[in-house]
Order: sequence, then C-alpha cells, then structure tokens
Amino acid sequence: MKSHPRPISPHLQVYKLQTKLPPLLSIVFRIFGAGLMVGGTFFFLLWIVAAGTGPEAFEAVQNFFGSFFGYIVLFGLTVLVFYHMCNGMRHLLWDTGFGFDMPTVRKTGRIAVGAAIVLTLLAWIIGLSVYG
Amino acid sequence: MSLRTPLGKARGLGAAKEGASSHWMAERLPAIALVPLMLWFVFVAIIGNLDASYADMVTFMGSPWNATLMLLTVFCAFYHGMLGLIVIIEDYVQHHTIKHILVFGLKMYAALGSVLAAVSILKLTFGG
Repeated sequence: MKSHPRPISPHLQVYKLQTKLPPLLSIVFRIFGAGLMVGGTFFFLLWIVAAGTGPEAFEAVQNFFGSFFGYIVLFGLTVLVFYHMCNGMRHLLWDTGFGFDMPTVRKTGRIAVGAAIVLTLLAWIIGLSVYG
Repeated sequence: MSLRTPLGKARGLGAAKEGASSHWMAERLPAIALVPLMLWFVFVAIIGNLDASYADMVTFMGSPWNATLMLLTVFCAFYHGMLGLIVIIEDYVQHHTIKHILVFGLKMYAALGSVLAAVSILKLTFGG
C-alpha cells in the first residue's frame, strides 16, 4: 500500500520559518491562539468579573484599560484575535478539502494577513473616534 | 468468525481510546460560530463600552440580545480555546505527568472562567 507522509505539528526546528511564509503563518496562528486562551481570557475575565462585582471594581478596571499599559494589552489582543480569526478561516477552507496547492496557500495566506491588518486598523480607528 | 469489519475492530484501540474526529469537529463548530461572534464582541461589546460606567454595563447586558451573544461568545471561546490548547500541550509537552496535569488544569480553568464570566454577565442582565 502506498503511504503518504502524515501532516505533523508546526515544528520550530525543522521548518525554515525565516524564508517561507506558510510555515511562519502556521506557527504564528498557533502561538496567537494559545495567547488568546491564556492572555485573552484573563483580561476578558478581569473586565467582565469586575463589572459583575460592582461599580468600584469596574471603574478601576476601566481605568486600567484606559491607561498606556491597558492600550498595549488591547492592541495586542486585537492583533491576536483578528489574525487568528482570518487565518482560522483558511483552516476551515482546508477542512473542506480545497486550497492545498502552494500558489493558493500563499495567496490565502497573504489575504489572511491583509484582512487581519485591515480589521485591526478598523477597530482602532472606530475605537479611538468613539472614545476620543 | 467475527462479522465485524477490520475498521470496526480497530476503532477505539488508539492511545486516545476514541476517534480524534470528535475532538476535531468539536473544535471547529465553535470556530465557525466565533467568526461572527468575535466581530460582534470587538466592534459592539468592547468598542461600544470603552468608556462605559457600571450603569452603562447594566443597561448593555440588560438587553436580551447582548446578554445572549455575550454568553455564546464566552462558551464558544472557552470551549474552542480549551480544545485548541489541549492539542498544543499534547504536541509539545513530552513528559507524561506534566502533560496530564497541564491538560487537567486547563480544563479546570476553562470551566471556572466560563462559568465565572456567565454569572457576571447574568448578574448585570438582572440589574447588577
């Protein structure tokens, strides 16, 4: 029986991350996903549990997110969530069995990065105009 | 002589004891739901409440639609994130005991975090 090479986990030492876009996008997708589950849920819980606790706690957390460090956290999380979402849609496309040829892989990769940048900028333009 | 097919005999004999496809599908269904949910979450729930006071949050979560979408976002995100991070832990953590402690701890965090968020949301929904 003919055997096919099995897909393996994004491997940090084997793939040439510096020279190839698709494996770089793959491992960044994983790292950002892990970052969302660890950091994203932590800062979300900080916000929503403070709101559920009471006015004083919520005001303190709102002030934190309005601070310089809070802005950095929020900017980081918007980058993580929009890249993971856009590249995740590539994975959903692959799950249907399409888009595996290398030109398409590179093309959808560039589209995912572009869409993530657009969504991040859009969120910050709207956010700063609403807040400012 | 057994009438069972070779595939039927082999199923469940792997290290995972069950089909990996159930984990696979369980990770993807909330992923699909999270595309519109996270867009709503960022552009409506977060940007709409950037300078919100406590009273504003009570009003926002008082809307059945906002509360429902928030709860769906929380449960889909924690479930999808839990399954995704379990795969990452299983891929990279070699030590058997540490791996299982991390996976167990992650499941506890997902359960605690999602229920904590849900109770906080519902408390606001019902008047704060």
